[in-house]
Amino acid sequence: MREVKIVSRRFDVPDVDRLDVALEHGAYKAVEKAFSMGSEAVLNAVCESGLRGKGGGGAPACGKWKLAAQHPDPVKFLAVNCDESEPGTFKDRQIITKDPHLLIEGIILTCYAIGAHDAYIYIRGEYHDFQKVLQKAIDEAYGAGILGEKTMGHDWRLDVTIHRGAGAYICGEKSALLESMEGKRGHPRLKPHRKEPEWYFGRPTLVNNVETIATVPFIVAEGPQAYRSYGTEKSPGTMLFALSGHVERPGVYEAEFGTPMMEYIERFGGGIKGGRALKAVIPGGASTPVLTAAEAAEARLDYESMKSLGSSLGTGGMIVMDETVDMVEALKNLLGFYHHESCGQCTPCREGTGWVDRIADAVVRGEAEAADLQKMLDISWTMNGKTICVFAPAVSGVIDAFVEKFGDEFQARLRSMA
Amino acid sequence: MGFAFTEENLRELEALAKRYPSKEALMLPALWKVMEQEGFISVEAMEAVAEWLGVSPMKVYGVVTFYEMFHEKPLGRHHIKVCRTLSCALCGQSGVLERLKERLGIEVGETTEDGRFTLSQVECLGSCGTAPVMQIDDTLYENLTPEKVDEILKELR
Ligand SMILES: Cc1cc2nc3c(=O)[nH]c(=O)nc-3n(C[C@H](O)[C@H](O)[C@H](O)COP(=O)(O)O)c2cc1C
Ligand code: SF4
Ligand code: FES
Repeated sequence: MREVKIVSRRFDVPDVDRLDVALEHGAYKAVEKAFSMGSEAVLNAVCESGLRGKGGGGAPACGKWKLAAQHPDPVKFLAVNCDESEPGTFKDRQIITKDPHLLIEGIILTCYAIGAHDAYIYIRGEYHDFQKVLQKAIDEAYGAGILGEKTMGHDWRLDVTIHRGAGAYICGEKSALLESMEGKRGHPRLKPHRKEPEWYFGRPTLVNNVETIATVPFIVAEGPQAYRSYGTEKSPGTMLFALSGHVERPGVYEAEFGTPMMEYIERFGGGIKGGRALKAVIPGGASTPVLTAAEAAEARLDYESMKSLGSSLGTGGMIVMDETVDMVEALKNLLGFYHHESCGQCTPCREGTGWVDRIADAVVRGEAEAADLQKMLDISWTMNGKTICVFAPAVSGVIDAFVEKFGDEFQARLRSMA
Repeated sequence: MGFAFTEENLRELEALAKRYPSKEALMLPALWKVMEQEGFISVEAMEAVAEWLGVSPMKVYGVVTFYEMFHEKPLGRHHIKVCRTLSCALCGQSGVLERLKERLGIEVGETTEDGRFTLSQVECLGSCGTAPVMQIDDTLYENLTPEKVDEILKELR
């Protein structure tokens, strides 16, 4: 396994959240280069790099950037998604606390490429202490003329504003995030059937995850081929993968796409806690279908491999579960989360998440029958593909994978009909 | 009991408004100011926010009730929020919660009689790598054990 640090390259530098230290270590160099390249060249570099979104969906950045850049409206916005509420995910907070200037640099480059002069960072309300670190870095950047009326001396304005959320997982969904930023309840919007940008107060808007934006400085500074030299054809580059649950050393460690999952768990996580056997891994945040130990042994950390296993890479936040884990309890825990977080707009999701949560609870207590388990799968079906956003289909995938792959544990908990 | 923003908060909000294409964007920032000032959001405060934003009070009410971190009633002086989601549950969350309940003598959702502590369970706090975790007010406490809970509570008296 090759050692590689792109986004995390300055994480271990002491005090690099301070502007003077960050500058000493090369921060904002890519901005100078970008202004000499021109905005279209920056856009092209990101397109050639094959950069894919790190917020969970993995959408190529190129297409979204072009939709914003090429829209005729002269007023455009960038919304940086720092809602980070997907269970198992805690990578964006590393960026904003350890190297906030990397994010600010990425924001400048992104706004320059798409022609936006106002960027907002939507940060989850619980990250208030981390927000202060980021705000201090932004203030320093303003003080040094890196942000504001003249970006690093160029006749080009950029304002960056942090917008604090208030505790709602669904606000991480891009259109709900914009609704929330417009001062409303965080309800996802219906998606059109043609490709178009997102909209903030009717203006074309690009929404990208913190890590996606923080990858841009490397691509601009080193060139798209340097980024492509890592990872695979369809998953170029690296990602801040993360480990939580039953490993010796949980944490966030950058690795290139295509790294075998178990090698990653061994190398960075120090293996399964207490030397116990592995039972399952949720590969990319709670909303990705669980993998059995056998599947994990085959899995590689890239979009293709996860898809072929019927799961997805998601946010790259792996939740590792050892042999002692009760999978019925684990599913019940997750369904409690979804029940609490459904925004309530769509009947299958609002009612379904509560219903499956109650059934799972009955299974845990040994009070459910085989018909209840079947009912859970039926409800799961009604949640798939029939709602405004992909929250409900994700819940459906979570339920199906748990029940299909660990069915015997569920069966064993059913009340006997004898 | 009426509500008015402090002069300083009002000045800050007016300055922030220049950053946005519409004043309505100031909904969450304004409600956060109310939370900072009062610790909760009363009906009077919702009306004041509505008037300042130029929207209906019902709209403000709809927003306040949507977001977990906005409260319509005062809580204890310290709000203890224990993460209940999977990574924390896998790493010993229940022992931490039990110890809190025992020490405080309250259940989840309750406030101690002296008004010092409110105990809540919340969803993933974005700290799964240092599970189990809890947040007290804005401060995060990581890698918790029941023993650590005792120490933390002692410091908060
Ligand atoms: C229910 C739900 C929650 C989401 N939460 C987040 C989140 O917390 N952070 C994030 O960056 N993206 C989240 N997303 C994905 C966003 O909708 C969006 O795709 C992403 O921010 C785009 O940025 P990217 O292309 O750079 O990944 C979520 C999506 C859904 C459906
Ligand atoms: S699927 Fe669920 S979370 Fe998404 S819009 Fe519908 S009710 Fe809201
Ligand atoms: S599960 Fe507790 S912080 Fe993520």
